[in-house]
Order: sequence, then structure tokens, then C-alpha cells
Amino acid sequence: MTVFIIRRLLQSAIVVAVMSLLVFVGVNVVGDPVDMLINPEADQAEIERVIRDLGLDRPLHEQYGYFVVNALQGDLGKSFIFGEPALQLIVERMPATFELAIAALLLAVVFGIPLGVLAGLRPDARWSRTIMAGSILGFSLPSFWVGIMMIMLFAVMLGWLPSTGRGDTVPVLGVEVSFLTRDGLSHLLLPAINLSLFKLSLVIRLARAGTREVIHQDYIKFARAKGLSETRVVLVHLLKNIMIPVVTVLGLEFGGLVAFSVVTESVFAWPGMGKLIIDSLHELDRPVVVAYLMIVVLMFVIINLLVDIVYSILDPRVRLQDTRA
Amino acid sequence: MHFHKLLIGCAIAGMMAAPAWGQGGTLTVGLKAEPSSIDPHYHNLGPNNSMAAHYFSRLVEQDDKLRLMPGLAESWEPISDTTWEFKLRQGVKFHDGSDFTADDVMFTFERAPNVPNSPSSFATYLKGKSFTKVDDYTLRITTERPYPLMPVDMAQVPIISADVGEEVATGDFNAGKAAIGTGPYRFVEWVPGDRLVIERNDDYFDAKPEWDRIVFKPIKSGPARVAALLAGDVDFIDNVPPIDIARLKGEDSVQLSQGVSSRVIYLHMDQFREDSPFVKANGGGSIKNPLLDVRVRKAISKAIDRDAIVDRVMEGVAIKAGQLLPEGFFGVTPNLSPEPYDPEGAKALLAEAGYPDGFELTIHGPNDRYINDAKICEAVAQMLTRIGIRTAVETMPKAVYFRRASRGGPDNSPEFSFILVGWGSGTGESSSPLRSLLHTYDKDRGFGASNRGRHSDAEIDTLIEDALATVDDPARLALLQKATELAIGRNQGIIPTHYQVNTWAGRKGLSYTARADERTIAMGVTSDK
Repeated sequence: MTVFIIRRLLQSAIVVAVMSLLVFVGVNVVGDPVDMLINPEADQAEIERVIRDLGLDRPLHEQYGYFVVNALQGDLGKSFIFGEPALQLIVERMPATFELAIAALLLAVVFGIPLGVLAGLRPDARWSRTIMAGSILGFSLPSFWVGIMMIMLFAVMLGWLPSTGRGDTVPVLGVEVSFLTRDGLSHLLLPAINLSLFKLSLVIRLARAGTREVIHQDYIKFARAKGLSETRVVLVHLLKNIMIPVVTVLGLEFGGLVAFSVVTESVFAWPGMGKLIIDSLHELDRPVVVAYLMIVVLMFVIINLLVDIVYSILDPRVRLQDTRA
Repeated sequence: MHFHKLLIGCAIAGMMAAPAWGQGGTLTVGLKAEPSSIDPHYHNLGPNNSMAAHYFSRLVEQDDKLRLMPGLAESWEPISDTTWEFKLRQGVKFHDGSDFTADDVMFTFERAPNVPNSPSSFATYLKGKSFTKVDDYTLRITTERPYPLMPVDMAQVPIISADVGEEVATGDFNAGKAAIGTGPYRFVEWVPGDRLVIERNDDYFDAKPEWDRIVFKPIKSGPARVAALLAGDVDFIDNVPPIDIARLKGEDSVQLSQGVSSRVIYLHMDQFREDSPFVKANGGGSIKNPLLDVRVRKAISKAIDRDAIVDRVMEGVAIKAGQLLPEGFFGVTPNLSPEPYDPEGAKALLAEAGYPDGFELTIHGPNDRYINDAKICEAVAQMLTRIGIRTAVETMPKAVYFRRASRGGPDNSPEFSFILVGWGSGTGESSSPLRSLLHTYDKDRGFGASNRGRHSDAEIDTLIEDALATVDDPARLALLQKATELAIGRNQGIIPTHYQVNTWAGRKGLSYTARADERTIAMGVTSDK
């Protein structure tokens, strides 16, 4: 078991190293941040000073070496634009993004599973077809457009909800959250729905497929034969069994939810990581882009590592195969 | 039936939500770009400078047409060829209650050019000058050569309090601790990406602004900004996307404010390479760069239908251009007007220059920097193709474009042959574009920094340099006008197409004094009485 974990750790380290090279080189060959930063009235001497100060006059391999040495000490560089550590900028915006992603995930589960189960139980009913057609829309409409439409409808025409920004926040265990205030909740609703639409459709489809499969299983028939009420059959026997694929997929999709939030955050001016990364890309704030991508790489590598380890515990064959190979 | 009830309910809710304006209250502003710091000397760039103007004052201020007005200095005058004397205003208090004196100015000018990690510093306005405090309210500034732009430079550097100490860091300003100025508003808080809040300074030395409290919200996406205004989440927005202007005009609840800016959009042509990379003979062979010939440049200017660009591409929201700054700015010459559209004359000039069948060209431009930039490139290409210069279009994001346009070629030379660019004169007079765009590229002396076509003419260089060393305004005006007439009228060093017009929008009853420097200054937002 230890050998297995060490092997996996080494592999993960290699992945991170390779990714850091790809990300760093990729970001650094595009454009030149100096032109984004500097006042157009500046003369040549000032332009050269900035290039020197940012270390952009150095060859790329030297810049990369410098980056790696610092990164190993936990310093992912300073933002060109804000002059503050890139890592700090990202961490500051993390709670907003995670709040949004979790809210979207909750919405997807709370509405997706009942709708999916309903559609699975009565596949031919008209409302089942409506649910499924709706889920196709949820999959295929671009979230940027849906976001703008939602703003037009709920904020501009109906005036029910605010169109932009994050509302009042209160600190909980040192983290600013907005879902505990009325104002915060009203700001959270539209972006959370916007972000959840895709996942909601996914959950509906998974729950429906699961229901269609499970409903014909022997243990359901047996439960019915035992004379259990339909409610109990559905809520206990059926639901428990369809949850396994739903939970697995959602767990994996959570990372994607954080990444997808880029679009939603831009449309709703939500002050999270996604908006930071888009702005940084536009302005070529390279250290922030690199730091963000490295954090995402690290996040996925860790999730995968944990999944591998859990699998190996659950299924000894994985472990054995790996030591032999 | 139910639907009707719903509509009525909404209408009532909407009426109740609309605040009653009068004196005071909170103004919420949706901005396209937020500052990168509260430190007024950290980043010399538009969003930072316009935000700093709310809580910091400068020695000299600029009004909406960039004319100079007294700020922290009551008056200024040259007392010799190389020395300017500034008389400071007495009785001004900083937000923390301390008095403003010449010591604060000396401290500011010591710190401003040397802020660590500054991505664009204020050294541009302060280097080559020595400062002497005569008494608490008198300051002398000496330069080696006569320097007429002294008051303009002094209108760029925000004055901070000496009490914050020499050790003050950019982070201290962001946290609010050191954000102590003399401006009409005091800084309250900044949550990057979310909001920036300021409150009225009741001790302000000049006219008190209307609003008690202002909340700035960064909303980068154009449609989202417009939607936020329509939804009533913000009262006022800047940078209205041109495509929404017509629609907002028809909206009863919205009021637009427009104004011409000091930004000219122009074409720059390769005037230094015999073999220019994006100019080809018909069919793709190599050719001696025709753009070197002034007749070809003149033909291009004649081929451009500026009225069509203004009416069609810009939907009427622009003013056609014939020189570096629109009417009313210092240095504008009455002898230059926009080149009339004359395709036949253009063809004749091309034939005279030896290109009766034209040649092939690529126009490069940004697609996210100026209003409708990519569309203007396409329009220009079609107009040139009509006179026989078959023009291809290549546009790219500004992040990629400006590097290549400035120094993407061998030895850091400009990469392109024919480009679309814009220039906003920060000083509000034509010496700014003349020295940066049309003076011979001279790295050591800091001339021609954005001369991406490398236009060069010794006679014009002398005129520009003389103007920059002539303190007497009428004499300097004559020099600047002459330089502009030669550089554009005679040499076609650049081809101006139009001046940008910017649009702001607020709720009904809110008007804005549109600024030529394109800044959004909340003091300019007023409610109609």
C-alpha cells in the first residue's frame, strides 16, 4: 500500500512539473504585458525600466527557473497589475467562487433529483417530456446568453432580483459569506441558477436513467410485493440506489463548476476567482494567470490522487496490478 | 388576468424602488474598469487616475475640456526662463484634519517617481525638475531648459499628506490607512472586484459635490453594465457600448451624456523601410514600399470616406478628423480640415506615383481597444480596395497587438506596415501627439516613443522641440500649429480618421459633464433641478 501511494505521489509530482512548464511557457509567449500596463505618454526610458523591473528582459528559461525556485517556497509571484502576491489575490476571491459553486451544486441536486425521478417513473407523461426537453435546453444554451436573458427578465423587466455584484456579507469562521443576509441571498440567486443550469440538466438525466434501470430490479418488485407504500419504495429503495452514480459524477464535476464560473462571474460581475482570471488574461497579468492555473492543476491532481487511493482500498486488484507493472 | 396583476404589481414595486432625488443621497456608478490600487502614485493609468481625483487634489486641475484651473495651487507663473513659481492655497485641510503646506508637496514629489513595483510611474512628469520650498505656501520648480508644460505636468500628480511617512507602502493606501487627501470625497473602503466606496468631504476647499456617498461597482461586461442600469442596480454607467446607444435613446428612464474626447483615431504607415513586410506587389511579389511616397499616403487619405465611417461604422457617434485634436484644444490649427472623400483624385495620385494598378496591403488593428476598432479596419480596407490598393484585414486583441505594432519586428522595430491606432492627448494640447507620434524616433531623448511608422522630418523635429521650450503661449501655439500643418497637411505623417465620442448613461434626471480625457468623475454627475 505504501509503495502504491509513493508511486502515485511521484507520478503526481511529475504531472505538476510538466504542467508548470507548459503553463508558464504558454502564458509567456503571448503578447507583452508592458503595453497593457504603461501610460501611453511614457517615453522609451520608462518603458525599458518597466520591462526591467518586471524581469521581462531576461530569457524565458531564466524567468522559468526563477519562478520554480520561488514556487517551491510557496511564492507564485507578484501580480504585475496589483503589485500584490498572486496567490493572495486568488485566495481572497476564493470564498465568493466557492459559495457560488456550492449554491449551484445544491440547486442542481435539490431540483435535479426529484425532477429526474419523476421523469423516470412516468416516462411517457407529458410533463416528463417537458422536463427532458428542458434539460436539453439546459445543456445546449450558452450560459453567457442565458445569464443576460435572466438579467433582462428578472432584473430589468420584472425588477425582482438585482442584476449585478455580490450583496452584503457576514463573516463566518473568518470567511465572508453572503448567503446569510437577505441582500446577499438575493444577489446570489441569479448567478447560482445560471451556473447550475448545466449541472441541473446533467442530474436530471442521470436520475432519470437510474430510475428507469432500478425500477425494474428484483428488489423493487420485492418491496412492492411486500406491500410497502409507493412513497417508501421510491424514497428509500429507489433513491438510495440511483444516488451512487449521481454522487460520483457530481463530485468530479465540482472542479468543473468552479472553472465554468468564469462565464457566470463575468456576466453577473461576481467578484470571484473566475472574474479575476478573465481580467488577468485580458490585461496579461501573467503571474496571476500562472498561479491560478497551477492551483487548478494541483486541485485536480489531488482529487485524482485521492480517488486512486480510495479505489485501491476498495478494490485490491488495482493495487496489485500497479505493483506488478 | 393574473398576468395583468403581475405587471401592475411590478410597476408599483418599480415606483417604490425609485429613490427620490434631491440634494445628497447615494449614487451608485457602474464602471468598465476599476483601479489597480488606491495608491495614487502606484500606477499612472486612466482608471487609477480618475478614481484618485475623487479623494486627492493636484496643484493644478483640469476641467472637462482639459483647460487648467487652480487646484491646490492658487496661481502659477514663470519667474525666469527656467523657473516656475507656484503659490499654494492656504487653509486647506487634509481628511485627517491636518493642514496642507508646501511640505506635503515636497514629500509627494519625492515619493511619486519611486514607488516600488510601479507598473507605470509618475517619473514622466517629475524627472528633470528640481523643487524648492520658498515658504510654507510658495514652491519653485526649476528645469534646465525653459519648460512650458510645467502647469500641465503639475495637473497629473496627486498630492498626498507628508504625515503618512516615508515608509508608506502601496498596501497602506489600499487598506485606507494612508488614503488621506484633500479631495472633495474621502476614501471609505475598497473591495477589489466588488465595490469602492467614498463619502463627501464637508471640509473641501472648493465647490461641494452633490452626492453624500458614492459606490463604484466594476462591471466589465458591456451588456451587463447596461442591464444593471436598466434594472436600477446602478444609477450611472460609463462606456455605453455603441450598439446599445440607439436603444437607450428610446428608453424613457435613461438619459445619455456624450462628449468628444481628446482621442484621435488614425492610420500610421511604414515610412522607414524600403521593403515593408505587409506591402506586396499585385500578385504577392516584393515591391519597394509605396508608402514612402507622400503621394500614395495622400491618396490613401483621399480614399477614406470619413463621413461613412462616422455615419455607418460609428453610428453617428464620432467626429471626422483632419488633425491631432478636435476644435477647442491648444495647438489646433484653423488651416487643416478633414480630407474630403475623393476616390478619383486618389486614383490619379496613385497613377502619378507610379502605381496605376495599386498594390497589396494588410491593415492591422486591435479589436478590443477603441470603439468599433475592428469594424473601422474593415471599412478602411474596403475603401482602399476601391481605389486599387487591395487591402487585407488582420485584427487581434490589444494584449497581442500593441507589442507587435511597437516592437514586434527585428531589432524591436515595428512589425506592421499599415496600422490603426488611437492617441488621447493627456495634456490636452497638440504637443503630446506631436512629440510621441510624429517626432523622429529618438530613444535617448525620449521622442517619438509611439512613432510606429517612424515618420521623420528634421524641420518638424525642430519646430516641436522649439515649442517644448517656448514658455510664451502665443509663440508656442504658432509653433505647434506650424508643426501640425507640416506633419499632417504636407507630409501625411499620419492619417487621422475621426475623434472618438464617448457616451455615459444615467437614470432620467442625471446628467454628466462629459470629459475629453474620457474619465468618469462622479463630481460631474448632477441631478437636474
